[in-house]
Amino acid sequence: MGTLGKAFTDAFGLLWNLDPSLVETVALTLQVTLAALVIALLVGVPVGAAVGLARRLPGRWLIVPLIYTGMGLPPVVVGLFTYLILSNQGPLGGLGWLFTPAGMIVAQTIIALPLVVGLTMAAVQGVDPSLPVQMLSLGATRRQVAGVTLLEARIGVTAAVVAAYGAIISEVGAVMLVGGNIEGETRVLTTAIVLETRKGNFALALALGIILLGIAFLTNFAFHRLQVRQGAR
Amino acid sequence: MRAGSIIFVALVILAASCSRGGSGDVQVLRLATTTSTNDSGLLDALLPDFEAGNDARVDVVAVGTGQAIALGEAGDADVILVHARAREDAFVAEGHGTDRSDVMYNDFVIVGPSDDPAKIDGVPFAADAFAAIAAAGAVFASRGDDSGTHTKERSLWEAAGVVVDADLPWYKSLGQGMGSTLNYAEETGAYTLTDRGTFLSQSAGLPNLRILVGGSSIESNVDPALLNPYGVIPVDPDKGGIAVELAGAFVAWLTSVETQERIGEFGVDAFGQPLFYPDSEAWRNR
Repeated sequence: MGTLGKAFTDAFGLLWNLDPSLVETVALTLQVTLAALVIALLVGVPVGAAVGLARRLPGRWLIVPLIYTGMGLPPVVVGLFTYLILSNQGPLGGLGWLFTPAGMIVAQTIIALPLVVGLTMAAVQGVDPSLPVQMLSLGATRRQVAGVTLLEARIGVTAAVVAAYGAIISEVGAVMLVGGNIEGETRVLTTAIVLETRKGNFALALALGIILLGIAFLTNFAFHRLQVRQGAR
Repeated sequence: MRAGSIIFVALVILAASCSRGGSGDVQVLRLATTTSTNDSGLLDALLPDFEAGNDARVDVVAVGTGQAIALGEAGDADVILVHARAREDAFVAEGHGTDRSDVMYNDFVIVGPSDDPAKIDGVPFAADAFAAIAAAGAVFASRGDDSGTHTKERSLWEAAGVVVDADLPWYKSLGQGMGSTLNYAEETGAYTLTDRGTFLSQSAGLPNLRILVGGSSIESNVDPALLNPYGVIPVDPDKGGIAVELAGAFVAWLTSVETQERIGEFGVDAFGQPLFYPDSEAWRNR
């Protein structure tokens, strides 16, 4: 119990004192997570809506299982893949993104994208199939159909956002490999937790875990308020 | 009914997973050690002999020295095998372990990029080389993980009269294992401090790095500060649940002349030199 109790007092102490290295780590965690999330949403929602609406898409029998597989991509494999692409010997080595936040955002986006695509697709498919047919017969463009369908499916789409956010803010394998866990440069909450555990600072590690959960809760609380407001509209 | 049978199957799987290994009354020794002894393959080569001789299984937890010591302090390991002399002595002095025995040593070397911007190639003493790296502002990759290697690195900076922290643009505190730190140095052209064994076993994948301080083998390393001794400590029996007899047998076996001889032979075939040099009391007095 000693370590557990100390973890909570440590977490409180770090927050109360606004520990500078903690602030830096939290800021980078949010920066990387939110950047990856926004990119994944900008690309993933339209793609997911298109696949969900195009029920006669050729190759659909292959595309859908591929998307589902992507939803379960092991983050460490994504990290390894991104590492090799961004390495000096890799095709994009010239960018110099290895061991930088930019590289971490690339890896997190790859992890989040299939989740956004897959869940958006499922949400869109849940909408009454007669809606697009009616709209098209009334002369709506495909873009307008997609927009209205997404609006109908908004609760499911918000679930896609929440799932992708949860997957990447809690992810450790890929950001460790691609970012390198460099203090003051690429250290995020999850990699800091791994480091403090390895050092044997179990209480501090758990304190950081408590802070990570707190941030995830606050963000999800905001998402949920958004979901409720949309549902009521 | 169907939900009931699913729960039943789940419970059976859970119960089956709880019996560790499941081979009857085999005793288990929990060994907390550093990544260097495990990643080099030394333990894989040595342990089957101990397991067969004592009808036991050794569960190796390979972590940083800091965590290995913490595992011992919490009584979550029966014996620890680490390399950070001052912290080992503190571990015994605080009553967490019974006594420390010498096991073996290897040495640290400073590796860096071939173009050597800080011009440390051939500098005999590590502290001087560190001072030159700091003066040149050349990028240095630190383990930053409180490991035995990191502990040694900090003492060398102190000896060099350099105060390092993460605010220095050239000092990168990674908080990762030796293998990852070497990969970082390879990719970014950084200097780093490494044990010779890990560097040798990984050097095929590190074409840009070479040994700049420490020489081509331990015999040509003239800086005593770069020696890296390993010690073994049985955990205090009073912590409860400690495999006391097995831990004692392990220490006796590890320091015996026969095992020491095998430690000295390990790696010679693959690297042309041993990765660890035997150094137990029994070996020195043989």
